[in-house]
Formats: sequence, C-alpha cells, structure tokens
Amino acid sequence: MFEIFGIPSQALFGQLLLGLINGSFYALLSLGLAVIFGMLNIINFTHGAQYMMGAFAAYLLLQYTGMGYWTALIVAPILVGITGVIIERLFLQWLYKLDHLYGLLLTFGLALIIQGLFRNQFGVSGVNYPRVPELSGSVDLGFMTMPSYRMWVVFISLIVCLATWFVIERTRLGSYLRAGTENATLVQAFGINVPRMITLTYGFGVALAGFAGVLAAPTVQVAPLMGADLIIVVFAVVVIGGMGSIMGSIITGFALGVIEGLTKYFYPEASNTVVFVLMVLVLLVKPTGLTGRAA
Amino acid sequence: MSALTDDTLPTSPRAVRDEIIVFAGMAVLLALVPFTGIYPFFVMQALCFALLACAFNLLIGYGGLLSFGHAMFLGTAGYCSAHALKVWGLSPELGILVGVAGAAVLSVITGFISIRRQGIYFSMITLALSQLLYFIYLQAPFTHGEDGIQGIPQGYLFGIFNLAKPTVLYYVVLAGFLGGFLLIYRTINSPFGEVLKAIRENEPRAISLGYKTDQYKLLAFILSGTLAGFAGSLKVFVAQNASLTDVHWTMSGEIVLMTLVGGLGTIFGPVVGAFVIIAMQQYLAGFGQWVTVIQGVIFVACVLTFRRGVIGEIAHYFRRSL
Repeated sequence: MFEIFGIPSQALFGQLLLGLINGSFYALLSLGLAVIFGMLNIINFTHGAQYMMGAFAAYLLLQYTGMGYWTALIVAPILVGITGVIIERLFLQWLYKLDHLYGLLLTFGLALIIQGLFRNQFGVSGVNYPRVPELSGSVDLGFMTMPSYRMWVVFISLIVCLATWFVIERTRLGSYLRAGTENATLVQAFGINVPRMITLTYGFGVALAGFAGVLAAPTVQVAPLMGADLIIVVFAVVVIGGMGSIMGSIITGFALGVIEGLTKYFYPEASNTVVFVLMVLVLLVKPTGLTGRAA
Repeated sequence: MSALTDDTLPTSPRAVRDEIIVFAGMAVLLALVPFTGIYPFFVMQALCFALLACAFNLLIGYGGLLSFGHAMFLGTAGYCSAHALKVWGLSPELGILVGVAGAAVLSVITGFISIRRQGIYFSMITLALSQLLYFIYLQAPFTHGEDGIQGIPQGYLFGIFNLAKPTVLYYVVLAGFLGGFLLIYRTINSPFGEVLKAIRENEPRAISLGYKTDQYKLLAFILSGTLAGFAGSLKVFVAQNASLTDVHWTMSGEIVLMTLVGGLGTIFGPVVGAFVIIAMQQYLAGFGQWVTVIQGVIFVACVLTFRRGVIGEIAHYFRRSL
C-alpha cells in the first residue's frame, strides 16, 4: 500500500472509481440529451424522471414477473423507450414549430407529473433493488480491490456509448439522422419518413436514460427523485461539453465524473458543486462549450 | 419559428389608457383586501410572488430569456435580509436594503456568466447556477442549513410602522409590490424596453443596428434579479423565515409556472398567475404530492393549448395589449 499526500492510495482509487461510475451515468444521460436535442430541438427535462423510471421498471419487473437483472437490462429500457414514444406522439410533436423554450417547459411539467405519481405510489424514500449475484464479488487489481459490479457499470456504459457513437457517425441509419438534424425538410423530400425517425430518436434517447436507471438500481436507493437533482448536473455537463458532438458528450461525461471523484477525495465539501464551478469557468473561457458549435 | 409571445400590438394611447385603468382597478381592489376578511397572509404571500413573477417576466417576456434559476435571487435576498434583521439587528428598511443589495450583486455575477449563451443554454445555465448556490447555502453556516433562519423580528419600518401588525404589514407589502410593478412597467415602456423587445425578436438585426445587445441583456438581467430580490426581502417579513425551499429549483419552476399561467410577456399576467398558483397551493395543501402532479399537468396544458395565458387570452380576445 503506497500513499499520496499522506492518504492511502486505496481511498484515492476508490473515489476515482466512484467518479468513473458517476461519469458513466453523466455520459449516458448527456448522450441521450444530445441525441434528442439534435433531432427534436428539445431539451428533455423529463430525462431525469425517465432515468428513475428505468430503475423502477427493473424493480417492478422483478417484483411482479420475477425477471432478473440481466433480462431487465434489455426489457426495462425498451419499456421506458415505449413510454417515450407515447410522450412524443401525444405531446412533443405539437411543439416543433414553436420556440425551443416551450419544449423545455412541457418536459419540465411531464417530469413533475411522473415524479409526483411515483412519489404517491412509492413514497419519498423509495425501494431497494437487490444486488446482482453474479457481480457481487470484487476483483483484485494488484493495487486495489474493485467491486465487480462497479467495473461492470463502467464497462457496459462505455460499450453502449461507443455503440451509439458508431451507429450515429458510421452507419447509413446514422447518416439519415445526421442529415435530418441538418435539414429535415430536404431529407423528407428524399423520401425518408422524418416524423417517424424523430419519434424513434426520442424513444431511443429516453431508452438510454432508462438503461442508465437499470444500471444504477442495484447501487443506489431506487427513489422517485433519484433523477431530479442528477438531471441538473447533466445539464451542466451538456453546457460544458456542448451538444454538437456525440463523442464530445461521452468524453465530457466521463471526464467530469472523474474530476468529481477527485474532488471528493481532495476537498469533499466541494464535490457537490465542482461540476457547476467548472461550467462557470468554461463559460468564461469558451462560451460555446468545449466541443460545441456556436448556437 | 414563432416568437415566444404574441405581444406585437403597438403601444397606442388607447392601450396606455387601458393599462392605467386596469392598474388602478388592481390597486383599489388590493387596497380593499383588509376590509373583506380575506386572510391577509395569503394575499401578502401572493403579492410577493406576483412581484417575483413580474421580475421574471421582464426577462422572458421582453428579453426572450427564460431563467430557470430565479429562485436564487428570492432565496439570496431572503437570507441576506433575515441575517441582517436577526443577527445584526438592523431596522426593516436597512434589512430590505441588505437583501436587495445581495440579490443585485448576485445578479451582476450570474448575469455576466449566463448571458454568454442564449435560448435553451441560458435556461440550463441559470438552473445550474441556482443549484450551485443551493449547495453553497446548504453548507454555509449562516443559513443554518436545513433549518433555515427562523423567528425573524419584524420591527418598525422607518421607526413608525409596526410590521408585527398584519394590516400595517399588508399595506407595506402592497406599497412595495405596486412600486416594483410600476418600475417594471416604466422599464418595459422606456426606450430601453423597446430595444429589449427588438433583441427578443431579432438579435442579429439589433446588433447590426449598433446596439450592444449583451449590455442590454445584462442590464435587464440585473434589474430582474434585483427586483426578484426585493420580493424575497418583502417575503421575509411575511413568512418570518428564510429557508432552502426558496432557493430550490422547484421554486424556480413555480415562478415559471405562475408567469406561464398568467401570460408570458403580458403586463398583468404574472400577477394573475401568482394569485392562481398560490391559491391552488392553499386549497390543495391537503393533497400532498398531488400538488406537484397538478402543477405538472398545468404546465403541459398551458404549453399545448393555452400558451397566451389568462391575461394573454383576454387581451387577444379584446385585441388589446395588457
């Protein structure tokens, strides 16, 4: 065991790892926000509530159908994505011709409704999701032992983020999406069903949030407001990274998680606020965000 | 892209006359409240929020800037006033001054940061800044964290008016509200207000006409934040406490909701919206979490079907500007 500044390195690496996990959630959530914003021009304030819905979906699937973690990891995001599709069809599709701010207001209202309903049903403190038996152990990395589940979260988030990046930047489907982001009217003129693409994009972005929720379920208390404060941090992440680039969102998300982890180690009082402080600094130096184009 | 508000009717002598009539009616009605037996505490609270919503509306309705963090001015002024009154033992007028000054300083700093981005980013930045402040207040010793500052003495305003008497306090709050309202009204109808509207409609064009739009937006932000702080200081005398709820993002959401219900970019809309929302909270207090759900439903309903708000619809119906 070696020491850094007189503090055992085990603690430092522990916080770094926790930071990486938070970073995974920031990356998944800001990625979803960026994808949705690209197509719909709407900042999805409901994202935090949909993250929470993912966790609750996993819990309810376990309670009522006995479905385990691994299946829920696929099924719960799909269910949440379907609710997203319904929301888009019922509400969001009427807003595209209006000022962007109305989308923010509407999704904020939806977040209040969803969180309020879950609070009525499950109370403020929420429920517990059991640990995943296959990943309950820990791995000895030589310099520290690492809980397997945490390694899994970081690993699978990275995979999902990179897969999303690949689909959007490197495939034909992704090229339709990117073209639709640039000029929806022209893409529609080429015979592509843009409204359906928009609906599915929203469903996909929301499913990403649900996926993050399932990942979080075994590590945190599954509570109705678990996404309420998180989404504000993710907004700050989005402001820092800018929403112009998919890879930018992913890297910024992970990087900010790590920075937050380091702060927790060196100056714990500021760990809640460090992302916001960084946002202020970035705005002062480079107002368009690190990867963003001028908006 | 349709503009955020439909307030494009030109200011005519007739419109000004309408506004004066409505304002006079509002002032008289509010002045009569203590004689009606309506619970004055409720109206005072609503007046504070009405002023807050009017200050918020100055930014969104006339500058096109949707601040999702206006609770930070409310809370900051509240904490500053409460601390000045309780710990320093200052008189009410100085306590209000400290609170307003605190909000003004905060609005200079946050305004300088947040006006660097527009539209959706501006909203996210103001929200993040208010959350930053929330965490600072949560940990700072002088705010007493979760407990807040309780039992704030009301004292004698200018050494004469005993603010512990509900009727006296009511008229002081009413005077503060009307003063703030007139200041906002004057601002909207000044050359400065016209430039703000021009920036809202088409910022590149305003820039090309030689206006330093950033300075206008910053000034509007400071004015809005300072007035919101004034509302927060008044609220300290009504509620006699200053707590974290006033800084939380849910409060910012409520301010947005009030203005949306009343009518974005209308002069009297925020006042009506504040009374509607505060009344709703009073009557639905027993339903617990359903209040949040109902607020959400109102948000959704307003955005989908009722974007002009109460006053906006009335003004549209009579083809007047209110």
